[in-house]
Amino acid sequence: MSERYQVNEKIIKGIRFGILSPDEIRKMSVTAIITADVYDEDGTPIEGSVMDSRLGIIEPGQKCPICGNVLGNCPGHFGHIELVRPVIHVGFVKHVYDLLRSTCRRCGRVKISESDIEKYRKIHDAIKKRWPSAAKRLIDHVKKTSMKAAVCPHCSEKQLKIKLEKPYNFYEERKEGVMRLTPSDIRERLERIPDSDVELLGYDPTTSRPEWIILTVLPVPPITIRPSIMIESGIRAEDDLTHKLVDIVRINERLKESIDAGAPQLIVEDLWDLLQYHVATYFDNEIPGLPTSKHRSGRPLRTLAQRLKGKEGRFRGNLSGKRVDFSARTVISPDPNISIDEVGVPYDVAQILTVPEKVTKWNIERMRQYVINGPDKWPGANYVVRPDGRRIDLRYVKDRKELAATLAPNFIVERHLVDGDIVIFNRQPSLHRISMMGHKVRVLPGRTFRLNLLVCPPYNADFDGDEMNLHVPQSEEAIAETKELMTVHRNILTPRYGGPIIGSAQDYISGAYLLTVKTTLLTEDEVQTILGVANINKNLEEPAILAPKRLYTGKQIVSHFLPEDFNFHGPANISSGVRSCKDEDCPHDSYVVIKKGKLLEGVFDKKALGNQQAESILHWLVREYDEDYVLWLMDNLFKVFLRYIELHGLTMTLSDVTIPEEATKKIAERAQEARKKVNELIENYEKGQLEVIPGRTLEESLESYILDALDKLRNEAGEIATMYLDPFNNAYIMARTGARGSVLNITQMAAMLGQQSVRGERIKRGYATRTLPHFKPGDITPEARGFIYSSFRSGLNPIETFFHAAGGREGLVDTAVRTSQSGYMQRRLINALSDLRIEYDGTVRTLYGEMIQTLYGGDGVHPMQSAHGKTIDVDRVLERVVGWKR
Amino acid sequence: MINDADKEYLEQALSRLSGKIPSSIILKLRDSIVNSQIEITREEIDKIMEMVMKDYLSSLVHPGEAIGVVAAQSIGEPGTQMTLRTFHFAGVRELNVTLGLPRLIEIVDARKVPSTPMMTIYLNPEYAKDRDMALDVARRIEYTRVEHVVETVNLDVGGMGIILKLDPVLLKDKGLTTEDVEKVIKKLKMGDYRVENPDEYTIAIYFENMDTVTGLFKIREKILSTKIKGVKGIKRAIIRKKGDEYVIITDGSNLEGVLGVKGVDVSRIETNNLHEVESVLGVEAARELITREIKRVLEEQGLDVDIRHIELVSDIMTRTGEVRQIGRHGVTGEKTSVLARAAFEVTVKHLLDAAARGDMEEFKGVVENIIIGQPIKLGTGMVELLMRPANR
Repeated sequence: MSERYQVNEKIIKGIRFGILSPDEIRKMSVTAIITADVYDEDGTPIEGSVMDSRLGIIEPGQKCPICGNVLGNCPGHFGHIELVRPVIHVGFVKHVYDLLRSTCRRCGRVKISESDIEKYRKIHDAIKKRWPSAAKRLIDHVKKTSMKAAVCPHCSEKQLKIKLEKPYNFYEERKEGVMRLTPSDIRERLERIPDSDVELLGYDPTTSRPEWIILTVLPVPPITIRPSIMIESGIRAEDDLTHKLVDIVRINERLKESIDAGAPQLIVEDLWDLLQYHVATYFDNEIPGLPTSKHRSGRPLRTLAQRLKGKEGRFRGNLSGKRVDFSARTVISPDPNISIDEVGVPYDVAQILTVPEKVTKWNIERMRQYVINGPDKWPGANYVVRPDGRRIDLRYVKDRKELAATLAPNFIVERHLVDGDIVIFNRQPSLHRISMMGHKVRVLPGRTFRLNLLVCPPYNADFDGDEMNLHVPQSEEAIAETKELMTVHRNILTPRYGGPIIGSAQDYISGAYLLTVKTTLLTEDEVQTILGVANINKNLEEPAILAPKRLYTGKQIVSHFLPEDFNFHGPANISSGVRSCKDEDCPHDSYVVIKKGKLLEGVFDKKALGNQQAESILHWLVREYDEDYVLWLMDNLFKVFLRYIELHGLTMTLSDVTIPEEATKKIAERAQEARKKVNELIENYEKGQLEVIPGRTLEESLESYILDALDKLRNEAGEIATMYLDPFNNAYIMARTGARGSVLNITQMAAMLGQQSVRGERIKRGYATRTLPHFKPGDITPEARGFIYSSFRSGLNPIETFFHAAGGREGLVDTAVRTSQSGYMQRRLINALSDLRIEYDGTVRTLYGEMIQTLYGGDGVHPMQSAHGKTIDVDRVLERVVGWKR
Repeated sequence: MINDADKEYLEQALSRLSGKIPSSIILKLRDSIVNSQIEITREEIDKIMEMVMKDYLSSLVHPGEAIGVVAAQSIGEPGTQMTLRTFHFAGVRELNVTLGLPRLIEIVDARKVPSTPMMTIYLNPEYAKDRDMALDVARRIEYTRVEHVVETVNLDVGGMGIILKLDPVLLKDKGLTTEDVEKVIKKLKMGDYRVENPDEYTIAIYFENMDTVTGLFKIREKILSTKIKGVKGIKRAIIRKKGDEYVIITDGSNLEGVLGVKGVDVSRIETNNLHEVESVLGVEAARELITREIKRVLEEQGLDVDIRHIELVSDIMTRTGEVRQIGRHGVTGEKTSVLARAAFEVTVKHLLDAAARGDMEEFKGVVENIIIGQPIKLGTGMVELLMRPANR
């Protein structure tokens, strides 16, 4: 759209890293920094100080004396400090140590014989381009052998041991004792290493000569990277780097004065050390073994290394992840009436987010209207960009009509978001790519983003206060890519396992079940009401029941939505236990049969249309038919279910989980038996007659036996409860169809909660020998170790409540720990695999050209398009063609 | 089921597909059509063939697809749903196995030793069917020291002796006799001593030239830690029935050691120790093991992840010919791009080293190009064709 999207953009081909030589530093410097004072009395920066205006301008309206640019355009300029005595760059101390040890102290050569040097050099030259990792190993080998040599093979000088005292002091063990090597000494030695040898040690002499590590000149970065800020009352607060630079200049000046004045050696060395310390902490203020440099307030200074490091550092905080414009965030709320690929956007948001649209002769009238409407009336516009690049802010335009009249092709109008615009919708944590999908805008009243319930699973969203983000793509390419690759209906299948991640949940499933269940019979009026919601107004076929009344089945309604050539055979979710069926001949209606698009048998529930159900009816519909149909199906069929459940009504009452007296008694009996059994076990244990499980201690065995007994009790209680509960009560329907809850949940409500656990064991912590003071010391009976005989229906006694809370707490802690651990693992996985792509030849390679797989996955099939992992599901293909004959 | 007359037709149709789709699919196809309970006509055969072809072509990956990121997300995303509980009973009550997220992290970390090393040892046919034979192998594998069969140890300070009372139950469990224990003790070099057997399960050792009690203590330790039998590192070996054969499941792993045990089916032996497999069987086997272990962890948690994603991870971990971890000291740490490494972890060190070596950043990968805001050569960014509209 704008200029930057034109073809002739500049591309960065590469960046060469290196160490600045003193000459280079002086050359790129605009001034030497010589004074430690920063401002004079009237507050103007002193020339030759670290805030010298030639280093960059800070106040608006000023013009840079070097490049002539104004604030914002002047990138700033480097200065330099001439260090009176050289100091070591702390970051390279390790390198200095290696270099000193692996070269001769007199001639500076690598301490291996000439012929070996020649040999290694040849190998190195041959492999360094192609196999950098092998070259690195060769260099390590050279270094190692060179370090071992006691005598230099070139000049026969005896080598002395060099010691590094962290962080940056070097010593040499001479005959007369351990001598300190000053940075000057070290620099001299490093200077002696010939270029060719430097190369063999793994350094590039053209970009980084070893002696450049020892700093004689220090570059002073431009003010733009260390701006001073005005705090209230007009006091200037300097950046940490500026503070550090002032320290360096000050000590440098003092050192110079001392030397000039001929001060004693000791004082000069002390100042030299101090200079070294300041330069070191200027680079990195977290060096082990050095006191951190602190601000006057006691806060440690944030110097160069700290700026780059860590999650909020330059790299991870600003370069890998950037802040964006054209985005919005607010609470989400559900809206089953908008399409799955739409998002409801409040007017307030739509008036702030804009899309740049180029004025053409075809849209000029519309654009004029937008401009006339202005920023405060939707649909309007916020900015107009003229062909010469001038931006006009419509907030400050007095006569927008006049401006609208001047509008001509090639103007760009940044207009408000309108219905049909493509945006990217996102919910954190963005764990997979379907956490960001393209939606069509639908501007709606209200203050929340509206979202179709079916798209909750990919975002893992619910409506208990979740907030989501919305981004507006600005260029035509971005819009096109969002539309073609990211829209919801292109992401119904998840690449994780190739099943539909979007699909019905909760009430949709209950509704589908209630509609398709055998007992549902509907009058023509009802059918029309239900189908009306899906905009189906074709003539109804013959009803299933003609007399005494014409009644339609729910299966007939659903069949309206299935393609005419669709065949399917398979069990429903309710097909389990006593109600399971394996064939068409099913008295429980739990085996789904669809022939030629007619649902003949079985009910629709979670297995048929649920989200994250691979190889389900929904999955095959999505895979086998075009996306327009799927979109239509999702928008209409599911609405039908909701309409039906509205007519039918579905709720849960206390009586749904209430079991008769008789059952309660039976459960109590069983509980009594189990308690007796546990007591026996404990008795046996105390008598030492308990059989030990091999590989376990006696106590562990006892625990294991008790857990088994109690687990059995809970299951029995559950069985008794289910026996007495009406299998067609609403809670049970929800559990069976997979809409919400499980049979276990119902058992816990109706019969018994069972064992509460912490760390997979019965609860045992608390007081020294007991869980709570209500029990005798050493009590290991079920009730003293967190077994709950009560049900949610009957209510828990105080002790049970406490145990239940203990078990619940563990779950919370677990989740908290897990998110951080799995988050880190995922970050590493993504970092390791991010460079892989499929080539045109079907191979998998990294962007650096390394081959990973010769044919992706062995069959070249994308998991998202695969039939639940299979290359081709042959049985399904047969079913599609001849399934109707079955 | 098809008419005999159509058999030839089917073969022809199938042969037209060969070379276009994987041969295993063709086999499956023939099988399914012939064995179908439904009668299939010629037209339907044609339709099936057409559908298979269309299905296959439309499910192929597109060039440029950022399949690595998809794989990483597909494995990472379910990580949030996994349990953190380290210990799980894996069918065998006596043994604990690390599963869930901790195990997954362990695998991608390529740890030297898993937190719960384990082996599944299959046996040769002559051993596999018989419980006693299998038990015998298990006993030979289980690492047993004297202390494992001792009930009590007493020091006879007066007579300068050590009295070992053996536990008959433990002896029986390990398949040992008092004589076996005595034999190993006699092999030890302990100076002059004599061994007595006051009763069936007691061994008393008296030393001639022992003058200090501390010496006696030392010897006691030496005796107790003496190996009687077994393979080093195998803490326990249990036999389990698996299908119609007996297998040995062990706590602790030593692939090299167990390979030498008689009766072990060398071709089917399993361990969960990656590095052991790498050094004994090679990197290809390690690659397979990574795939299997990740798959097992995910399946055990009831998480559905396509095998292709898992294979990609194991391929990248073993690409260089040795198992490398996913992280700082492995795949990411060895990237050629300085900026990519700096953006991951230990930022400053990577930048300084790059400066010293005079490295070149070439901006090929994803991370580097994000940093400088350039298009990435993945997906739609892979296309290098540019068009200049004619009417401009």
